[in-house]
Amino acid sequence: MAILVIAEHDGKQLKPGTTNTITAAGKLGGDVSVLIAGQGCAEAGAAAAKVKGVAKVLVADAAHYAGALAENMAALILGIAKSYTHIVAPATGFGKNFMPRVAALLDVQQISDISSVESADTFVRPTYAGNVMATVQSSDPIKVVTVRATAFDPAGDGGSAAMENLAAAADAGLSKFNGQELTKSARPELTAARIIVSGGRGMGSAENFKILDPLADKLGAAVGASRAAVDSGFVPNDYQVGQTGKIVAPELYVAVGISGAIQHLAGMKDSKVIVAINKDAEAPIFSVASYWLVDDLFKAVPEMVKELS
Amino acid sequence: MKVLVTAKRVIDPYVKVRVKSDGTGVETANIKMTINPFCEIAVEQAVRMKEAGSVTEIVVVSIGVTQCQETIRTAMAMGADRGILVETTEEMQPLAVAKVLKAIVEKEKPNLVIMGKQAIDDDSNQCGQMLAALLNWPQATHISNVTVNGDSAEITREIDGGLEKLTIKVPAVVTADLRLNEPRYVTLPNIMKAKKKPLEIVKPDALGVDVKPRLKTLKVAEPASRSAGVKVADVAELVAKLKNEARVI
Repeated sequence: MAILVIAEHDGKQLKPGTTNTITAAGKLGGDVSVLIAGQGCAEAGAAAAKVKGVAKVLVADAAHYAGALAENMAALILGIAKSYTHIVAPATGFGKNFMPRVAALLDVQQISDISSVESADTFVRPTYAGNVMATVQSSDPIKVVTVRATAFDPAGDGGSAAMENLAAAADAGLSKFNGQELTKSARPELTAARIIVSGGRGMGSAENFKILDPLADKLGAAVGASRAAVDSGFVPNDYQVGQTGKIVAPELYVAVGISGAIQHLAGMKDSKVIVAINKDAEAPIFSVASYWLVDDLFKAVPEMVKELS
Repeated sequence: MKVLVTAKRVIDPYVKVRVKSDGTGVETANIKMTINPFCEIAVEQAVRMKEAGSVTEIVVVSIGVTQCQETIRTAMAMGADRGILVETTEEMQPLAVAKVLKAIVEKEKPNLVIMGKQAIDDDSNQCGQMLAALLNWPQATHISNVTVNGDSAEITREIDGGLEKLTIKVPAVVTADLRLNEPRYVTLPNIMKAKKKPLEIVKPDALGVDVKPRLKTLKVAEPASRSAGVKVADVAELVAKLKNEARVI
């Protein structure tokens, strides 16, 4: 077995999710190499070399890897793919974008969003918004796999992998990266947060949604939202937790004014402790809650802030 | 400009999916089916572009059993002009879907392919990227905006921390995210009109495509359920439980 993990990073550090992906890769049994592609990413390469379980780090540094354009990432990975039995990446927006492109060019069927490694060719993956867990076996010579990060523990430090430069592939010239507009927040990232406070349609408006801020501040929590809240325009799409948004599994998930559509539960039901606050005593969210409170959120949330002070 | 859109037939997202007792799949008999919500957004985008005058023809493709004709008719009632059903009872995995679509794209020669970012049954999120790869076309996934100017397109994509801007060459494959648009409701007169629109039926063999599945599903099961929770009387009790029982704050 020779495994290649494609790392998501910001040039300096690995993004949350990548170290979990390295843990998943380790379960395949074999040498784990990590590919860092980007522009000015030597520091991220050094960070990857320190992760436990990594044998080798390949660094491809070129201007046309800025923004991790799918066409260029796929061409780069394709150039070295034949040396590996498995190509693995986190099932985040990053990995979802280019991994199927790699798989199609290798003529293999990707295995998306795995939550368990059963053997080198057999995996469990959630389907139907996590309501059905499918165990699938791949017959392809190279397994292209994306990993649900929350299903694996992050790999710790303690590695000292060798670093190697990898020559860049030609710029495909099909697309151009014009920059990112990232939501600025002093709070932790949703996928990395220990505690998340999420609001749903019950918040009523973008203005009202802000009453979650003091609670999130008190708990040191990230703020998330249900698809209904995003649809209603209360918050941007990158707040969305659910089947088609972010998959999270924090220590504590506080669902406020969220009814608990299948779509939303799919993104958070693996959280360790779930608190639900809803005035509807029949809300489906209560079926997954560890603790639930039937109350008006506009009364309960400020009370909770006070109680925590 | 000609646009090709795809429409997958899936179990209605509001239906509770049940695993068959023998663990071989999910119950689909007598279950309400619908157009995949992200495909619906893709169709809506094509129709809006046609209404704005930048698109001349919309071809909608579905792949699957005979009943996928209903899915195609839905897209036609929204405003698609013509339908193609690739009829098969095989389990169609994303790579096979991409190969079928490639064969159709080569025949139809659209300037733009708009697909949903993922189907809500299989949750694979692969087909658009795979189709772009097989055609050697640029791709833009999870888009919330697209403007085509001649031989290029300006794209806004939804990414994990916010938004990303791209310029891609056209022809291209793009996949729709939630905020691209809000699909219209189909009206009865448009449903009637859709019945008269042309719908062609082809078989994968006729396209010369190998659709054999590469992944074997060994079993399906329901996930482990959570242990029953506790109802608390008030905020004070809630905070006390979180501190002393769950010890998470």
